[in-house]
Amino acid sequence: MDPPMDFQVVVLAGGTSDKLSPLVSKELPKALLPVANKPLLSYPLELLEASNLKNIIVVVEGDEAATQVESWLSVAYMDRLNVEVVKTPGDVGTVGAIRAVAPFLISTDILIVSGDLVSDISPGAIAATHRRHGAAVTALFCPAPVSGGADSSTSGGKDKAKKPSRCNIVGLDPTRQFLLHVVSGAKVEKDIHIQKRIVRAVGQMEIRSDFMDAHVYAFKRTVLLDVLEKENLYSIKQDVLPYLVRTQLRSEISAKKENSADESSNGATKELPSEDININSAVPSNQNLRWLSQHREIAPSSYQEIHISDCDMNKSRLAKKTHKCCIYLSGKTQYCARLNSVQAFGDINRDMLGEASRITGYTFSAQNNVVHPTVVQGAKTTAGGQCIIAEGTILGDKCSVKRSVIGRHCRIGSNVKIVNSIVMNHITIEDNCTIQGSVISSNVQIQERASLKDCQVGAGYVITAGSEYKSEPLTKR
Amino acid sequence: MDLRRPNRPVIGPKVRQVGFVTPDSAAATSSSSIPAVSAAAATSAGSPPSSLSPVMIPPPRHPSTEMSNPHFHPVGSYNPSEQILGSPPALSPSRSSRFDADGSDFGGDDDESVALSGVGGGMTPKSSLLMRQPVTKTAPLVSETRKRDSNVSKGKGEGPSAAPKEKLTKAERRATQEAQRAAKAAAKEAAAAGGAPSVSKQPKPATKPATQQKKDVPSGSGPLQPLAPSGSIEKKQGKKEVAAPHPRMQFDDMTKVGKLKKRAVVNQSEARNRVELFRHLPQYEHGTQLPDLESKFFQLDLIHPSVYQVGLQFLSDKISGGNARCIAMLLAFKEVIQDYTTPPEKTLTRDLGAKVGSCVSFLIECRPLSVSMGNAIRFLKNRISSLPHNLSDKEAKSRLQSDIDRFINEKIIIASKAIVEHGVSKIRDGDVLLTYGSPSVVESIFAYAHGIKKNFRVVVVDSRPKHEGQGLLRRLVERGIHCTYTHLNAVSYVMHEVTRVFLGASSVLSNGTVYSRVGTACVAMVAHAFRVPVLVCCEAYKFHERVQLDSICSNELGDPDAISKVSGWKDLNYLDGWAQNENIQLLNLKYDATPSDYVSVLVTEQGMLPPTSVPVIIREYGIERLWT
Repeated sequence: MDPPMDFQVVVLAGGTSDKLSPLVSKELPKALLPVANKPLLSYPLELLEASNLKNIIVVVEGDEAATQVESWLSVAYMDRLNVEVVKTPGDVGTVGAIRAVAPFLISTDILIVSGDLVSDISPGAIAATHRRHGAAVTALFCPAPVSGGADSSTSGGKDKAKKPSRCNIVGLDPTRQFLLHVVSGAKVEKDIHIQKRIVRAVGQMEIRSDFMDAHVYAFKRTVLLDVLEKENLYSIKQDVLPYLVRTQLRSEISAKKENSADESSNGATKELPSEDININSAVPSNQNLRWLSQHREIAPSSYQEIHISDCDMNKSRLAKKTHKCCIYLSGKTQYCARLNSVQAFGDINRDMLGEASRITGYTFSAQNNVVHPTVVQGAKTTAGGQCIIAEGTILGDKCSVKRSVIGRHCRIGSNVKIVNSIVMNHITIEDNCTIQGSVISSNVQIQERASLKDCQVGAGYVITAGSEYKSEPLTKR
Repeated sequence: MDLRRPNRPVIGPKVRQVGFVTPDSAAATSSSSIPAVSAAAATSAGSPPSSLSPVMIPPPRHPSTEMSNPHFHPVGSYNPSEQILGSPPALSPSRSSRFDADGSDFGGDDDESVALSGVGGGMTPKSSLLMRQPVTKTAPLVSETRKRDSNVSKGKGEGPSAAPKEKLTKAERRATQEAQRAAKAAAKEAAAAGGAPSVSKQPKPATKPATQQKKDVPSGSGPLQPLAPSGSIEKKQGKKEVAAPHPRMQFDDMTKVGKLKKRAVVNQSEARNRVELFRHLPQYEHGTQLPDLESKFFQLDLIHPSVYQVGLQFLSDKISGGNARCIAMLLAFKEVIQDYTTPPEKTLTRDLGAKVGSCVSFLIECRPLSVSMGNAIRFLKNRISSLPHNLSDKEAKSRLQSDIDRFINEKIIIASKAIVEHGVSKIRDGDVLLTYGSPSVVESIFAYAHGIKKNFRVVVVDSRPKHEGQGLLRRLVERGIHCTYTHLNAVSYVMHEVTRVFLGASSVLSNGTVYSRVGTACVAMVAHAFRVPVLVCCEAYKFHERVQLDSICSNELGDPDAISKVSGWKDLNYLDGWAQNENIQLLNLKYDATPSDYVSVLVTEQGMLPPTSVPVIIREYGIERLWT
């Protein structure tokens, strides 16, 4: 079956991320981490499905994780999606993951979606922008989540340490269509070095640090495969994208391939007609024609026009190669987040309950919560607004659940307070516990009178009776 | 020249809409048409008609003669031994007078075979009419409305029967349309009741009344008539393009717009306050189409990716200009054909034609087609439908693809090369050449002339909001050509020193009207006033048999925001929020029509022609005649 619109989709589902410990373990790969009681991977998959993209390649790091993801996919999406799981050895980075699937890639353009994307931005829009510009790469950027306010309750201390390292520096042209400069968070130094030639070409560059790379990229396949041939690239975000952006005015992507020749066409202008076409020659090649038609392309910004003049100055048609790096900026009303840290996990869960509840696909009741009909609630137990309680859970008497997610088959004793927390599956909470702002992984046992505040509890951990923890990650050794 | 040569049926419908007809003038002079004709015959062909203001309608000598008789056309029909501007026949006075007598029942009769045979015998060829010829010889085949118009005018003098038609109000028009629609529905039902109507036949009743309706209802603005290409093609297209909006659809008819919206791919919201005179043209709120289309990227399975890409580029104005758009579209179609496989139990000619039709309707939704594209599509459909049925898929596909290649090569690329050669011959040393906008052919002419060491100077005239001239200016300057850059408002100042004006065209219509980027008419008129020759460079594939006297009935509306905002002037915000104000309507027209009187010569690949020769080129080198 042909890929729709000549786009193939690769979802990078990752493996067992260190950043998310203790939530993620060998038993629970990141892709299956429940977000509002649905595995994380289901969010990008459903987003793609909504866009009619049904043939998806999922890349998973590590054997065990791959098996788990595969078995989950085969059950959940058996008749809906045609998903192919490819496993890679751990720690090869995103570039390694793409290398692993490179043999499968046949279409003109490739859409790479991160498996931890929770968003309602149509991938079609990104793909269409990519096509419209004939770009080498198009990246989705969204406004970075503003920390503060709602977030301050959780791991406030970590915020400060993490934030500066995670901001990207992005340079845009005045029309906000082209990506001129990008430094990913990890590599930001004190000084920013900007190429003069690019600035000269654009005339004006807007530098922003409040955009987040959403890890959705549309690549031209030839460009991507070319880049993959290069060594010492590890991550798409930190290596490949900056590399392409850096070299957009002196593209080294081989011109032999049809598509890149296509790009260079922008640079050239019509020569004397006598040289242009030899009447006696056969029909001019396709490239040549496309070049003709794009010659008249009206540049959306002065940026491209100056490309043209640059090339003309050199008077040689093949001297300059350029490719376009485009950007798709998400709108303010659209939700877009990446689950790449414990804090993000909490934030996204909260957003799923609140502002972005439409993404989950649940229908909220009049009390603004989702309580599965099989849930057994004791006397005087209240489930407040913005709650999700999944099937088979039993709540004792006088419990109170607010703004929390409770997974399947949990047994919760009497007089337990759960606020702002995520409780996964098969958890036993005994009487008189208080859980606040915490994340509790599956199979945890919390004994009587325990009190947790802003903690992350790893799977299978047992919290002894009467203990009190504050802002600690707890894992089984 | 054999006057009695049998009719050539092909000629008939193709060259119908020629000639100037205006109710008033025709009526006023109908009685005096004989002297007018003889006067016309007497004036030598070499002298161009005296200059006219843009709104003035040319004298009515043609109408009276033109209207006369379809049997006239064998006389004027092309004789291979003639030159393009070969010797034409002149009209005998008896014939004209005969017309006057018959005029009253003329319009009512749609059948073209009204009597008057034998009148032709009275004609004598007179070569002195050279320049007139194309007009007169095609004259008898004016379209129905045209006739009706004339009829109306006649009616004034001769009887009240036709008079009311002149003043059809909107309501009345609506009523006739309603009636026709009912008739159409009835016909459909009848067809269904009649039993076993084949699938291919069914659309027929749907399209036919539609075209008829068009003919019957004189549009408010009158002078324009939609094309009626030779019958067979029209029918075929009609069948396939059921989904496509009619190219001349009237967008002020709410029911039609509603229907169109239902099947539209692109979710379009109409702009609210549009200029009254231009309500019949589509105008959408800018910026709503693109995101919508983009977000549906993967949902539109039926549309080929390359067509989609081209559509997006049209919509976002990334590709503009007649040739560029045409080439981009044809290349996309080539890929469509490449990826096409005939579904089982279907024939390639029909199914592929329908597929191309759906692509075309998608492109129309993105941006109205240019004439050049329309001609190219007609050509392609013609080729598809004329494929022999016994061809294998592969052969058929490769044949179509090579046809497309040939079209691009011969009709666009080699044509522009020929135009360049012709055009350069008109550039002398020391010339000051003026051009407007950024016509690609003109650019090539300048570049070539510079390449062969001609010594000349260029004045690039530009206008808001697109500033296309700047790109041209940059490219010319880089070649080392001495340039002056100015805006349209200053054209009368620079015209003093100009010796030649080179203009491009989006289309040239069969009455010689040049349909081109808005502002071109202005430049041509100023040049005319300063007695500077105006050369319009246009490939012959952009010629169209339509006739248009103004730029109102058929035009394209651009984004109104483009003219309300001045880039770089942030304080100029008087028009912010204009869309909310009922009292402001912005008009951003994209094209205008330059009357042929302001065009000294048309530079085409067939040579340098007077604008009156367009019908001949259309007839003899038209799209239908290509490689048949």
